[in-house]
Amino acid sequence: MVHGEAWTLKEFFTYPNEYIYWTIQIVMYPFMTGLVAGAFVLSSLYHVFGVKKLKDIARFSLVFSFALLPVAMLPLMLHLQQPLRGIEVMLTPHFTSAIAAFGIVFTTYGMIVASELWFVYRKHFVETALLLRELPDKSAVDRFRHLLFSALTLGAMDIGEEALSADERAVKKLAGAGIPVACFLHGYAGFIFGSVKANALWMTPLMPVIFICSAVVSGIALCILTYIVTMEIRKWLAARKKQHYPELPSPAELKSAELQVVTMTGRYLLMFMVAAITLELLDLVFRGYTAVKSWDILRSVIYERDFVNIFVIQYGLGNLVPFIIFLMPRLTIRRAVLGTALVLLGVFMMRWNVVIGGQAFSSSFSGFMHYTLPILPNSLETFKEGLLGALTVALVPFGLFWLLNKVMPVFKETH
Amino acid sequence: MISRRSFCKKSLLIAGGLAIPLSALELFDPKRLLAEKKDGKAVRWVFLVDTHKCVGCGFCVKSCKIENEIPYDANVTRTWVERYLVTKDGKTHIDSPKGARDGFETEQIEIGHGKFEEVGNEQIDKAFFVPKLCNQCDNPPCVQVCPVGATYQTEDGVVLVDRKWCIGCGYCIMGCPYGVRFFHPVHHVAEKCNFCYHRISQGMQTACVDACAFGARRIGNIKDPDDPVTRIIMTERVNVLKEEYGTKPQVFYLGLTKEVR
Repeated sequence: MVHGEAWTLKEFFTYPNEYIYWTIQIVMYPFMTGLVAGAFVLSSLYHVFGVKKLKDIARFSLVFSFALLPVAMLPLMLHLQQPLRGIEVMLTPHFTSAIAAFGIVFTTYGMIVASELWFVYRKHFVETALLLRELPDKSAVDRFRHLLFSALTLGAMDIGEEALSADERAVKKLAGAGIPVACFLHGYAGFIFGSVKANALWMTPLMPVIFICSAVVSGIALCILTYIVTMEIRKWLAARKKQHYPELPSPAELKSAELQVVTMTGRYLLMFMVAAITLELLDLVFRGYTAVKSWDILRSVIYERDFVNIFVIQYGLGNLVPFIIFLMPRLTIRRAVLGTALVLLGVFMMRWNVVIGGQAFSSSFSGFMHYTLPILPNSLETFKEGLLGALTVALVPFGLFWLLNKVMPVFKETH
Repeated sequence: MISRRSFCKKSLLIAGGLAIPLSALELFDPKRLLAEKKDGKAVRWVFLVDTHKCVGCGFCVKSCKIENEIPYDANVTRTWVERYLVTKDGKTHIDSPKGARDGFETEQIEIGHGKFEEVGNEQIDKAFFVPKLCNQCDNPPCVQVCPVGATYQTEDGVVLVDRKWCIGCGYCIMGCPYGVRFFHPVHHVAEKCNFCYHRISQGMQTACVDACAFGARRIGNIKDPDDPVTRIIMTERVNVLKEEYGTKPQVFYLGLTKEVR
């Protein structure tokens, strides 16, 4: 069977070779890089612009951004027909291609986040390494941890006041440098689509900017959501441990801190959402107003075939409802959970409507293609480019976050 | 002990020194030197399709599949033939069942999902066939977007794919406005018509040109003014597909009308 045939339904006239070649993994790719960029921008709001109220979530989102980073590459690997040759993008980049920049932007960004994390956690590394060194009889696990943390210090054991303030200055600089790189990482994902002149739906110079705005929206939403989930777990643990350690914060204290952070971050979420929606609507209005050759088929895709996906799920459920939820006074945690979950759904659907919607019509403008998401896989191909492949990509960052949290505790000061 | 300053100085000097012999490669591009030596005898392959002559038999598609080892029953093809029926109500009905590998076996129009639509003969204002193949563009978007340089344009204008280097990202498939690219079902890399490069570079015709009994397909060298194909392109009214994309396609059509997509 030809690649793409398993999930493509053709209607009216399409060129014989046309199939939905870019499937759910290519939906996941901008979604995941968007989360990376968004989480980083959120952490930078504290580190660079000194938004003190975001201190609690800043460290959290930085670690989470790092956990998401390797996963931004995963959907691409799963989608390649020759995944073992993926490294060629780094080895022989062909610079007239937007994808060729991937290796450079991705590694630059990875190094910036890694070094920023190192400066943020250096004190913790040194303290833990010293603590473990003092331990009289170390178990195998302790020996491993000692080795790990000693290696992580990179030999810089000075945690005097002067050294730590130098660390802070470095964090600020790195976070500042990271913002444009994070935006570039994601903006160029938008450029990959926006520069395809053969695709009438994708080709717009607004695409990179739209992608960046919705990236920040999704990143902030995911950070709020994950933050709430981890805080709930901490509250539950705190209630259990309270009897033994009265000095730990009480569930009530945690709760008020949690709500304050969520409300504050929610405001930034709204700001970026307004920007994202404005740009998306501008694009839509402009297409309708100029009504070039492709508009006839685009209109039937946007207003008829994909109406539910675009206007009900993406704009209605994903934008309008959370907008109301966050604007209503006296935000509660439960409402915030619902709101952020809907925002994530909305951004995911936006990616879906761009990637799949862009292939929903033939480039002959005379026919349509429909993507049927493979749910139960019957081959490696339908696994990789189906629901299960997408779920794998979506779950890996949480596993990585759990692992990273062992080395770089996000909530250290209250442990 | 070397000081930091002198280390930086010396490394810059070495890097600069190394760059000079390398830049000579740019100053004396061997390819350009070769091209200038040939003066005037260069080759630029072009294709000429006479839609008036095409009867939609599909022999070209069949021979192409066999010649270029595209699995016979796979629903992809390097070249195909489209059938156009323009009816009295102004509608255009287009189809190309299996790329017209077996010609057009029924008068009904295929409308996808394995369904067919009946168009009465008395309804038809005009009907014709249009063969399609890679346009070997002068400004090929597929070459531009390939992230690893696995697809490239030869000196004589044909765009080729390196099957050993293609990573199978599909960006070139997305970038082609003509839909000529697909993934090869066996090699799992990007695949397209290359004007039978293995044949034309050995003085033969392409498989589809050889297979066409009606002379609807012809290949020629636009840089040779005496080539019959060149003469037609220069003296008659020819058109190309989707000029608005700026790809500068090099497959020329006689008898192209506005309905052709």
